[in-house]
Amino acid sequence: MVLLTLTSAASGPCRWNGHWGRRRCHRPVAGGRRSMTALLQHPGYEDESLQRVAEQLPCREAQSAVLLSLMGQPQQYSYPSIFIYGHRASGKSHVMHVLLRELELPHATLSCVECVSGALLFQRVLLSLFGHEAAALLPRSASLSDFVRVYRQQCSLSPAEQTRFIVMEKAELLRDADANLLPALLRLQELVEDNVTVVLLSEIAWDKFRPNTGCFEPLLLHFPDYSKGELQQILSQDRHPSYSADFYSSYINILLGVFYSVCRDLRELRHLAALNFSKFCEPVAEGKVKETDTHKLWRNIEPHLKKAMQTVYLREVSSLQWEQMQQMEEKETGVVRGLSAHTHIELPYYSKFLLIAAYLASYNPARTDKRFFLKHHGKIKKTNFLKKNEKTSNHLLGPKPFPLDRLLAIFYSVVDNRVAPTASIFSQISSLVTLQLLAQVSHEDQLDAPKYKCAVSMDFICAISRTVNFDIVKYLYDFL
Amino acid sequence: MRELGLEDHFAEGCEGAENTAARFELCQQLWDKLKTDTEALQDELNRKVLDSLLDLTRKCSTTRQHSDWASKMRASEIPTAALVLGVNVPDHDMTFQSLSELLQQSVTPHVASVQAKECGTLKHLMKRVLERLTGTAVDDEEEEEEGAEQTSTPLHKSSHCSLSTLCDWYNAKARKSSTGTPGKKRSSPTKDEHQQPPVVIIFKDLEAFNPRVLQNFILICSLYIERLPLMFIFGIATSPSTIQHMLPHSVSSLLCIELFQSLSCTQHLATVIDKLILTPQFPFKLNGKVMQVLISIFLYHDFSVRNFIKGVQLALLEHFHSQPLSVLCCKKKQALLNVTQLGHLDLERVRQLPSFKRYVERQEHQEQVSLLTDDGHLKEVCQRLIKDLRKYHKNYYPVLRCLHTLTSSLPRYPLGKQIRELHLICLEKNVSENEDYQSAMKLLKMLAKDELITLLQRCADILQSVKSKKMRTAHVQLEELLAKFKQLDSVETAPVVEENITSPVRNLQKKTDLFQLQKTLLEMNESRRSKKLSPFEVLRNDALEFIDGLVKSHLCPPESQTLNEACYYSSSATVRRHLNAAPRTSIQAALRTPYYYIQNDSLKTEDGSVSNAAPDICIAYKLHLECGRLINLFDWLEAYATVVSAAEGNDPDSDDYGKVDEVKHSRSSARFIQAVSELEFLGFIKSTKQKTDHVARLTWGGC
Repeated sequence: MVLLTLTSAASGPCRWNGHWGRRRCHRPVAGGRRSMTALLQHPGYEDESLQRVAEQLPCREAQSAVLLSLMGQPQQYSYPSIFIYGHRASGKSHVMHVLLRELELPHATLSCVECVSGALLFQRVLLSLFGHEAAALLPRSASLSDFVRVYRQQCSLSPAEQTRFIVMEKAELLRDADANLLPALLRLQELVEDNVTVVLLSEIAWDKFRPNTGCFEPLLLHFPDYSKGELQQILSQDRHPSYSADFYSSYINILLGVFYSVCRDLRELRHLAALNFSKFCEPVAEGKVKETDTHKLWRNIEPHLKKAMQTVYLREVSSLQWEQMQQMEEKETGVVRGLSAHTHIELPYYSKFLLIAAYLASYNPARTDKRFFLKHHGKIKKTNFLKKNEKTSNHLLGPKPFPLDRLLAIFYSVVDNRVAPTASIFSQISSLVTLQLLAQVSHEDQLDAPKYKCAVSMDFICAISRTVNFDIVKYLYDFL
Repeated sequence: MRELGLEDHFAEGCEGAENTAARFELCQQLWDKLKTDTEALQDELNRKVLDSLLDLTRKCSTTRQHSDWASKMRASEIPTAALVLGVNVPDHDMTFQSLSELLQQSVTPHVASVQAKECGTLKHLMKRVLERLTGTAVDDEEEEEEGAEQTSTPLHKSSHCSLSTLCDWYNAKARKSSTGTPGKKRSSPTKDEHQQPPVVIIFKDLEAFNPRVLQNFILICSLYIERLPLMFIFGIATSPSTIQHMLPHSVSSLLCIELFQSLSCTQHLATVIDKLILTPQFPFKLNGKVMQVLISIFLYHDFSVRNFIKGVQLALLEHFHSQPLSVLCCKKKQALLNVTQLGHLDLERVRQLPSFKRYVERQEHQEQVSLLTDDGHLKEVCQRLIKDLRKYHKNYYPVLRCLHTLTSSLPRYPLGKQIRELHLICLEKNVSENEDYQSAMKLLKMLAKDELITLLQRCADILQSVKSKKMRTAHVQLEELLAKFKQLDSVETAPVVEENITSPVRNLQKKTDLFQLQKTLLEMNESRRSKKLSPFEVLRNDALEFIDGLVKSHLCPPESQTLNEACYYSSSATVRRHLNAAPRTSIQAALRTPYYYIQNDSLKTEDGSVSNAAPDICIAYKLHLECGRLINLFDWLEAYATVVSAAEGNDPDSDDYGKVDEVKHSRSSARFIQAVSELEFLGFIKSTKQKTDHVARLTWGGC
């Protein structure tokens, strides 16, 4: 049992992560669960449900124990707000969810992505804590004070017998909400005078949250990443029903051997494990190899996993296509091209030239236009009109904004025949913007002399100019 | 009522008012046919992509019910179809329209399509999706009541606008459909429970969406994927890598993306031209220049097939509106009937047609007189001429296709790669006089035997399907030629020929000297010319002469046909002006020659100068054209005042000149300032800080 002194916690943030780190190193990977269940003992809850909790939270025993002790017995007041942070897929929501569900505590769980407005958030909270009638009491586009008013009214009707929990996932989005929302949530207990605790879950550390007006400091809890052994243990749990646990475990071992260096995201690893398992057990299913012959199985699967790392992991190829590829492979290694392989874009003739002109305008200094587009520009050596800051390659600095006039001036001089300035030329510019090949820099409302940036790569523009027989390199200042 | 309104608009300012009703009718008929045909064609073209998309949606609705290990592990991914449609955004609407119709018919009633412009924020996007989904689902009466109830309390509804509402709605819907069918067997409701129709959300223009909005939306959807069988379709205009640009890995890992590529728009246009333009079915035709305008708008500006069809529609409308003889532009039977109903005025119009004049000139004197004076005779002749025009079209297109098959695979494509290029050449002038045609013929002579035979065979296939006397005889002749080619194989005389040729070739390989090479080549040429032609060569020349004959007799330009004006629309300038508007050009035209717009005779001038009675802005514009980059405002004002005072007929020498001067002066300077600010608003000048009291001129040259 972890002992806590909440007196110090009330005054400022406390961190236990150092504490856990040491403990984790010494813990045996397998079989640790049974001994750890001893940790999850709390006078307020039944042993049976604690047991269930422990079973569902492998490798998160320490964290759940801390949370349990923070929560105290159901009827006791808890700390007003708890802030839990840790990387993606480190079990934050899972731990909270399992604890609250198994211990049957009243709670509201919501994701801040979903709550596009504060009103929606309030409504959700009331809905899950007090039911539909309470939620209906909120006026349209409710403010914080409306929420507090309705909450108080409701909790006077049904006073809390157990601590109520409000769990907010992706709490980093609260920073973009109304300025008063986050501070108010942090001391909601005071505001509504009820036994309520707000739990914020985030991937970002608390330091990035603290509003500059100051606020109540929540208790900070860090969920560390799973270690390789822990990942192994967790992943081995969802084994295939028709194969033995050891077999699946050895598969996970091989998988982690390949992927652990690039990816520690549990969710992603689980996905990869599911995708490649059929390939792994193929030799076993065909009867060529026994389940225990790990070396042969490894030889069979390893190149396959390497290939998966290039494609599926990057989502170049979707999982569905990957499965189809696996089936096809016996017959013919059908080349499924990834998403980034398709970069060619067909464009109308003048759009191509507009794009070329935009590229030139973005990457050439405006002063050099004379040199490139005037017939009798005289001899200007590059060294003569180099300014100090232009010595670095413009391509390294990225595209620069240019006004519409300059774009059109360059366009008319690069396009080989006379083009009337028709409305469709202008509409092509705006459609290039919607296709995200150009980016409008100035505000959309600015009708007078809008500014743009070219948003395509050198390779792309070279491919485009080849199709119209335009040697773009000759016109680029960097390659002079 | 509305129909009438349309017709009234059509009749307004119409040439030859007698038969507007008939013309309007014809125009309407043709356009309806054109429209249905293009729609059918587009459906046909998209069928493959759409079918595979439908398969995907079906599959994703069935795999969800599988409870096997692998699909359970993967269940958290949202199935997504990335539909790459090309940059011709205006055409996409139709594709999405038919896609969502097909989906609703065969897979799921729950389809919502959203556009970027209506979903600026996540809230709006969510609202649109909910609206479309719950709105479309209103089909039976109970539902409608529910829908009405919901709309009557919008207050309540919009505050509920989230996916959980959608979930509830979906579950209610599923329950209703499973219990609401008492006629079925006992087992069917449970089956229905399993068969969950997916909820498809179509993002019509992925590129235009705000990435943040899209990311958040996908994140939210992934929270509900276990309860709600969602599926996305992304409409992509550029390339699939946009998905990676827009969505970070953490979001794209929630999707299971499958790629679908639709037909490219150039292929689409080629099919449309092939099926709708290059066919004798449509009596209405475009002449070379109009065709050129439409195609260049397509290739240079927008790649949009829809706009191309709109262009054809415009031409169609203009033709029937402006050409009284367009009553003859219809099916054969009706055209013949319409000829008999032509009034005297119309017949006079026929006599005025340039093509008819040429025809008359070719006739004998007696005939000429009766053509020009006897209306009855003219009608008979017209009927014959219309039949001739029909025959011409019937023969033109098959021969065009034949020539295209022969020349489209030649090196360097002397007559173009696409059939539309060849068509343009043929419309322009006699193709047989074209240099490129000559060179194509020469290249054809160099073809190997089997190549030539396959090409000719394909030509024969084309001719076979044509129901026309001339084409049938042509087909018979071609078949005979082909049979002779095949006989050659059995006779086998080739070795003798080869013997003769190989010797100089061998010599050639030894020589490296340029002079020697030239000499040997000349020799070779000489020896070939002098040599007796082999049977194959004789036959080949026969075949090519036959083709040449076909081309010469059938591929003459339509302008040479009498009465072509009735069917061919030729005003390319009108089409260009309407479809490819040049705002600056028209502003400048208005400023330079205000007469065109104001239609006031006093503004009419001969030599392009502006009359001093013109609006102030025209005078100011005219004066500013004479200036350099920077314009001195005071000089400009002085010049302006001089012109204006001259216009008011003030003689500086008269008595009361001095009295009114003060008032006049301030008034004219006020008018001047207004004109200058108008010019600034139009973008001809702008204020500058380079010099005091100067403005900078912004436009040069004339266009």
